[in-house]
Amino acid sequence: MTQQARPAAGTPLSRVDGRLKVTGRAAYAAEHDVRGVVHGVIVTSTVGRGRITGVDTRDAVAQRGVLKVISHLNAPKLPYRPFRGVPDPARGERLRIFQDDRVRFFGQPVAVVVAETLEIAQHAASLVKVAYDGERPAIDMSSPAGNPNQPENYQRGNVDQALERAHTRLAQTYRLQREHHNPMEPHATIARWDGDRLTVWDKTQIVLNTRGDLATVFGIPEESVRVISPFVGGAFGSALRAWPHVAIAALAAREVRRPVKVVLTRKQMYTGTGFRPVTEYKLTLGADQRGRLTTAVHDIRAETSAYEDYREALMVQGQMVYATPNVRQTYRSIPLDINTPTYMRGPGAATAAYAIECAMDELAYELGMDPIELRLRNEPDRDPGTGVPFSTRRLRECFRVGSRTVGWDERDPKPRSARDGNWLIGTGVAVATYHTQRAPAQALARLDADGTAIVQCGTSDMGPGTYTSMTQVAADALGLPVPRVRFQLGDSAMPPSPPHGGSMTMASVGSAVQDTCDKLRREAIRLAVQDSGSPLHGASADDVVVQNGRLQLRDDPERGETYRQLLARTNRPHLEARGGYTPGDEVERFSTHAYGAVFAQVAVDERLGLVRIRRVFGVYDAGRIINPKLAESQAIGGIVGGIGMALLEHTVTDPRDGRIVNANMADYLVPVNADVPDVNAVYLNGDDRTADPIGVKGLGEVVIVGVAPAIANAVFHATGRRVRELPITAEALL
Amino acid sequence: MYPFAYTKPADTRAALTAGARGGRYIAGGTTLVDLMRETVERPGTLVDISDLPLRDVRATARGGLRIGALARMSDVAAHPRVRRAYPVVSQALELSASAQLRNMASIGGNIMQRTRCTYFRDVTAACNKRQRGSGCAALEGYNRAHAILGTSDACVATHPSDLAVALVALDATVHLLSADGERSLPLTEFLLRPGDTPDREHDLRPGELITAVEIPPHPQPVRSGYLKVRDRQSYEFALTSAAVVLNIAGGVIRDARVAAGGVGTVPWRLTAVERRLTGARPSDRLWTEAAAVAADGARPLRHNGFKAELLKRTVERQLRTVGGTR
Repeated sequence: MTQQARPAAGTPLSRVDGRLKVTGRAAYAAEHDVRGVVHGVIVTSTVGRGRITGVDTRDAVAQRGVLKVISHLNAPKLPYRPFRGVPDPARGERLRIFQDDRVRFFGQPVAVVVAETLEIAQHAASLVKVAYDGERPAIDMSSPAGNPNQPENYQRGNVDQALERAHTRLAQTYRLQREHHNPMEPHATIARWDGDRLTVWDKTQIVLNTRGDLATVFGIPEESVRVISPFVGGAFGSALRAWPHVAIAALAAREVRRPVKVVLTRKQMYTGTGFRPVTEYKLTLGADQRGRLTTAVHDIRAETSAYEDYREALMVQGQMVYATPNVRQTYRSIPLDINTPTYMRGPGAATAAYAIECAMDELAYELGMDPIELRLRNEPDRDPGTGVPFSTRRLRECFRVGSRTVGWDERDPKPRSARDGNWLIGTGVAVATYHTQRAPAQALARLDADGTAIVQCGTSDMGPGTYTSMTQVAADALGLPVPRVRFQLGDSAMPPSPPHGGSMTMASVGSAVQDTCDKLRREAIRLAVQDSGSPLHGASADDVVVQNGRLQLRDDPERGETYRQLLARTNRPHLEARGGYTPGDEVERFSTHAYGAVFAQVAVDERLGLVRIRRVFGVYDAGRIINPKLAESQAIGGIVGGIGMALLEHTVTDPRDGRIVNANMADYLVPVNADVPDVNAVYLNGDDRTADPIGVKGLGEVVIVGVAPAIANAVFHATGRRVRELPITAEALL
Repeated sequence: MYPFAYTKPADTRAALTAGARGGRYIAGGTTLVDLMRETVERPGTLVDISDLPLRDVRATARGGLRIGALARMSDVAAHPRVRRAYPVVSQALELSASAQLRNMASIGGNIMQRTRCTYFRDVTAACNKRQRGSGCAALEGYNRAHAILGTSDACVATHPSDLAVALVALDATVHLLSADGERSLPLTEFLLRPGDTPDREHDLRPGELITAVEIPPHPQPVRSGYLKVRDRQSYEFALTSAAVVLNIAGGVIRDARVAAGGVGTVPWRLTAVERRLTGARPSDRLWTEAAAVAADGARPLRHNGFKAELLKRTVERQLRTVGGTR
């Protein structure tokens, strides 16, 4: 096997698409210049449950420039063949647009107005009068909309006995309010029909899901649908599913026989896309007197819609994070008259870590033990859930590096022990974990006669820098300098990719890109060593490496030729290779997770109920880091998201009608710069080749996990008060 | 957004004529445009007054300060005389909105800005302020941000301005101009409590234009400051705020003016607090005792009950900050 040097990976390359983005030339979903496009504006329900009794479109249709108003009264029956995309809930049925008179939640699309201009469509939409026979919706988990869904259960050991014998017991309930992703770019779709063929420009983290959704809605072959999505302006999970507006754009385009653009308003994004569900997590811990956990009982309840049973990975951590012999978990989803929740950064893990890591902190205080020491005493040697070895688990090192950096050992563990003027100062710590997901992916690489390469995979780049990191992986495998490699993504015509979510893109697509480019390089080498005109003729392919676009003998670099020379002499316009990655049994044989230790320092003005972040520092074990600059940027973003989760973010619903009361960026608070003064992260130098061929464990999720509990624990350390509900607001501290 | 006509008069007379015909004045547009997008506001004609000569900030003959209605928030906040003589005004402005908004928004518009009540801003919800008699969704709805002082059964919406709180503390007056001539009245009389008519927010006659805000001279030496308590550190409206203006001479508080924001349907002057301060000697105990009456008469709702206690603490903190610890 050749020892191909890999100089690009591991360097802090700036985003290859950075210039396009900052100069406004990167085209986001709504920005594609589609000839003849007209505009669709969605009308949403103003009751939270009930039936539509009338749709008066007279005033709307009377507006000059209005082409059509579509509602359930005049929409065609759509085939809606069965479809379940990877990000769709396993049970239930997606919402069907304009197919009946039922209103399932406040803000449900009930009509769309299509007009020549956006302004006309918006105005006309405000003139559509919809009458309802409405009733009070069920939006609170204490009074569900229907029968509770079947709980998910997990058990090991004998929990009841262990609880009885425990030296120390702790039982607490932690609550998390609903959160919305609020990406900067609004969700948007442009749809164009050419006969029976449909092209859509969509904001999506997975083009194949949009394709599958539309093909089944309209009953056409998947091959007839092309989905294009080269740039995504943030998503955090909100663009994993094809939400109703995608089909609405396509339906409207078919009805008016023009391309139609639909852009959700910020307000519509609160009901037109999913969210992190309200979750109530009751946790009972039992420990022996040395602080070793003997048992844990996790009783979890989370909201879902009445038409789909959304679940997330809320049970993973409780099974693997600490060596606990006796564990019981119950996870119930509660159907409500709301739209379906969905994956939001660190789905399940961020919520579970909040409960588990706060409870561990409480237990540490019960036992009079240092919170880090308590965690170290419960470090498992093998995955306590599955019994298999960890591929890598370097949590101890994360703690070591973090403690040293923040000076943890100098901390007086006593609550209320540090003060700075009106501010009580506290520090807290929490563990972050996220399971390393991997899924099959394919790629295509083409080397052109000019010595440049194009590499493609139908994945996405919602912000982490997929374009850049894949370019680095490809450049190394091809032996080309970065500027001569172009990575392309976001088109359903490209080789298939798993969802761009769950931190699986680098592991899955990265491995596929590497495999594909390795193949292409080897193909070029094979061509050279077999070609009598090549200086490498007759050499063993294994002795040839490619550097800077030049094929040469590893031990005699003088002997060789460039890709360009090779292709020119052999008279080939290009060389092409297809490759891919399919995870093997290492997924079962090893327990693979990314880990982190998160440290937070807060200042609390308890008289005024103010919590201000002074510092958050995360140390992560995420395997190999392909691009440290992007990885740091991801960590900063994740931590800022965690600060929002801890202190600010809260989607408020009015129980009387299900209305989202703060469906805008002025009333739904996310951190601003002033709220995030000192946010830093480091990654342990790592490489987990058991996890996947390129040694990464995924990092986009783990960096939000653990932030909120670290902050909540810091608030306790500062004030001596446990607030067991997020976000921690002023009134909770007064 | 509803269709509208737009005109930009070159002089004040033309603006007043357009205003008298029913046009709505627009300056920075940072409130009005938002509300037009939400169809809360549906003006038939916008009269853009940006070009009118109402930008001056200057000392008055009596030793006060006159701020032109079109002066930008950022300019007023940075004005040397404002910084020196009225820190409470600078601070209130700089703690408002964001830098971008402060660069656009005018002083007149700031006083005229409408409530952040989310039901007011959502045309599908009941709101007496938007449509008299339609009911108040906030009363029994989500009302964490709402007022506890000056409310009525018809409306509990909070006045959102920080600047207005500082101006009320300083006894500012508003100068108005219409085809009928000039008049001026105290800001506290200009801004109206909701009562049964929450749609009437101010005593502005049809077509009348705010030309300036005037701060009267204050007994020297004067110290002042503004404290704003909010969920996040920037770009956020107040949960509670306190404007404190004190004249301390010979170890005695000769003159005290205290007003609160985030808690009232209008900027709320705390006269009971002022009475306890005036004539007393500054001390920690005084600050606590005076602040204890800050929330007297408060009518808490389901989600904003904490504001009463928070208001007292906000006032106490700011009295100590401005008046000093003794």
